[in-house]
Amino acid sequence: MIKQLFFGSLAATGMMAGFASAATLDDVKARGELNCGVTTGLVGFAAPDANGQWAGFDVDYCRALAAAVLGDGSKVKFVPTTGQTRFTALSSGEVDVLARNTTWTYSRDTDLKLTFVGVNYYDGQGFMVNKSLGVTSAKELDGATVCIQTGTTTELNLADFFKANNMTYKPVAIETNAEGEQQYGAGACDTYTTDASGLAATRASFADPENHIVLPEIISKEPLGPLVRHGDDQWADIARWTLNALIAAEEFGITSANADELAKGTDNPEINRILGTEGDLGAMVGLDAQWALRAIKNAGNYGEIFAANIGESTPIGLARGLNAQWTQGGLLYTPPFR
Amino acid sequence: MSGTKANSASFVRDTMLSEQDPPITERGVVKWARENLFSGPLNTFLTIIGAVAIYIILKGLAPWLLHSVWNANSAAECREIIAAAYGEGAHGACWGVVRERWAQFLYGFYPSEHYWRVNLTFILLFVALAPILFANLPRKMLWFSVIYPAVALLLLWGGSVWVPVAALAGFALGWLAYRFALPVTGSLAATVAAVLVPIIWWLFFAGWFAGLAHGILPLGMEQVPSSKFGGFLLSLTIGVTGIAFSLPLGVVLALGRQSDMFLVKTLSVGFIEFIRGVPLITLLFTASLLLNYFLPPGTNFDIILRVIIMVTLFSAAYIAEVVRGGLAALPRGQYEAADALGLDYWKAQQLIIMPQALKISIPGIVSSFIGLFKDTTLVIFVGLLDPLKGITDAIRGSFEWKGIYWEPFLFPALIFFLICFGMSRYSMYLENKLKRDHR
Repeated sequence: MIKQLFFGSLAATGMMAGFASAATLDDVKARGELNCGVTTGLVGFAAPDANGQWAGFDVDYCRALAAAVLGDGSKVKFVPTTGQTRFTALSSGEVDVLARNTTWTYSRDTDLKLTFVGVNYYDGQGFMVNKSLGVTSAKELDGATVCIQTGTTTELNLADFFKANNMTYKPVAIETNAEGEQQYGAGACDTYTTDASGLAATRASFADPENHIVLPEIISKEPLGPLVRHGDDQWADIARWTLNALIAAEEFGITSANADELAKGTDNPEINRILGTEGDLGAMVGLDAQWALRAIKNAGNYGEIFAANIGESTPIGLARGLNAQWTQGGLLYTPPFR
Repeated sequence: MSGTKANSASFVRDTMLSEQDPPITERGVVKWARENLFSGPLNTFLTIIGAVAIYIILKGLAPWLLHSVWNANSAAECREIIAAAYGEGAHGACWGVVRERWAQFLYGFYPSEHYWRVNLTFILLFVALAPILFANLPRKMLWFSVIYPAVALLLLWGGSVWVPVAALAGFALGWLAYRFALPVTGSLAATVAAVLVPIIWWLFFAGWFAGLAHGILPLGMEQVPSSKFGGFLLSLTIGVTGIAFSLPLGVVLALGRQSDMFLVKTLSVGFIEFIRGVPLITLLFTASLLLNYFLPPGTNFDIILRVIIMVTLFSAAYIAEVVRGGLAALPRGQYEAADALGLDYWKAQQLIIMPQALKISIPGIVSSFIGLFKDTTLVIFVGLLDPLKGITDAIRGSFEWKGIYWEPFLFPALIFFLICFGMSRYSMYLENKLKRDHR
């Protein structure tokens, strides 16, 4: 027993932090560091490199948020979370914001008492098959063996889709994406189903990507976005409008390269308001005037972040599709900065 | 030979026949194979089945291993090199992932300029362990073993020197309390004082003392937060701490279970049966998730520490049962002999009972330790990056190494094997050395 207490007291003396209040913003500022929950590793969205530096689409959002709040995009502590621990980590205050390709669903938003601050990637579940199977539509998959990650929404979507189309399938349960790739590659299942972005990344990693196709049917809506706890609307506003600022920056042509130039003042009042040369939008959420400028300068606007991490020039090679600006036929549509 | 029979009766041989080789079926490889592989229809059948199985495994594995690539910076580059060297469609192992990311397997995200601290801690671990493992080393080395946990804590996490000093001071105070209370109040009260004084010190004064001392003499190292720990650094930290603390705790629990005192016995039995009744993963989830709700909001109770505590408690319950088996195996006469010599309870345990009981339990205890060490990979479920899955997934999460499957499993598997096999061999050495009967 003595040994336990020895360590307990060490924790008490050395590692105990203060008590959190409702104001997450104050906590983050006092700590000087943003705690951001991410995946334990997902290609393009969040993964550490050889030097332990995190990079990815979700990571860049966290860095932008840190830049807006703390003035420095490197002041982020990335907390790897699993599918089981992610919501508890957020609810208990272990992380301030969760950016872990989490699907925005009704029950997560309401029952789990979380607030989704927006959508940073519109995904959907698809199927990948080997070309030699001769299948061109998911409706032809009757009787197929399907590799499916257990305990995810994709499992339920799959059951719904086959039931709705009066088809049968044989599930091959897998635990992780890597295992799914391995099983599918070894021919243990006819088709592998997961989010389309994940399928694209998986296909790109094969030795023979030309032999595999992603079927055109998308059988579910998977709006992925960052989320925060219920109960601190100011912090939710900051997280929401940081994301909106990144999206709006692309719409108005503000990039990491020209942001400083534009911040000297332009003819477009909305750009001026975003970059803090006009109005006092920052003060309304408890930040200074340049918060959005710093967020944009960190890794660029939404389009730049997309292109750098998961866009067509990367090995994953995702097209913008639904994630294009509303002016380009996509779904990205931010409310006005006014 | 016939020539040697001159001048002798034809029916008497007067010279020895020279030795002949045994028949071919009774010597060498053939004999061995006949006896061991083809001694009967069933064994012949099993041998053939076994040979076919080995052939099939090797046929799949050998080309893969023979086509190994070391110098590559991505999975795609590996495939190109293999295709260029062995033709299109050839498979091969891509060890480039180990070459590029070995540091992450070993240290996690520990800052590379501080690797020496981890290395030093690892080397000192053996210095601290040596006098415990090998009895013929000078006993004075044990003093280093005693302060080693504090040294390791300082080296790995950094921070002020005074935090581990304050923690160690608690033990010194406990010893002093026992020493001075013993002649005045008797054994029981002294034991209680030896437990209470350090607890009071740690809870109320240690932090204050560390802060004060640091104010006067700020000594320390750069802090490394727990979030930077990963890979084998994490596994060994949890494993070694768990092993070191679960053995004494397990012995105490085993004695508690044997005790005649109702309360002690009930608590021990309840603890052991409860812990053994739930899976480790449940305890880990409790540590990582439930505790967050019980503790005041915002309390940042270090996650590695929480996991270490749970792993230690879990292992202690199993050790307690193993030691209880050893205690049960001792003949009643040993206890009575101790009583007859007039030894008190603790002296009897220390001099007569425990040395024998622990000797009997060595294989079981080491099995528990090996199990504990391998169980440390379960911490991935609470978001810590263990070497087998956490680090592996993180590595596969990068563009370069996506699609690599077996290689990042095999490298940690090899290291796990070396460590566990080492523990197992040491246990055999110890059993051999302590063997007192059937010499």
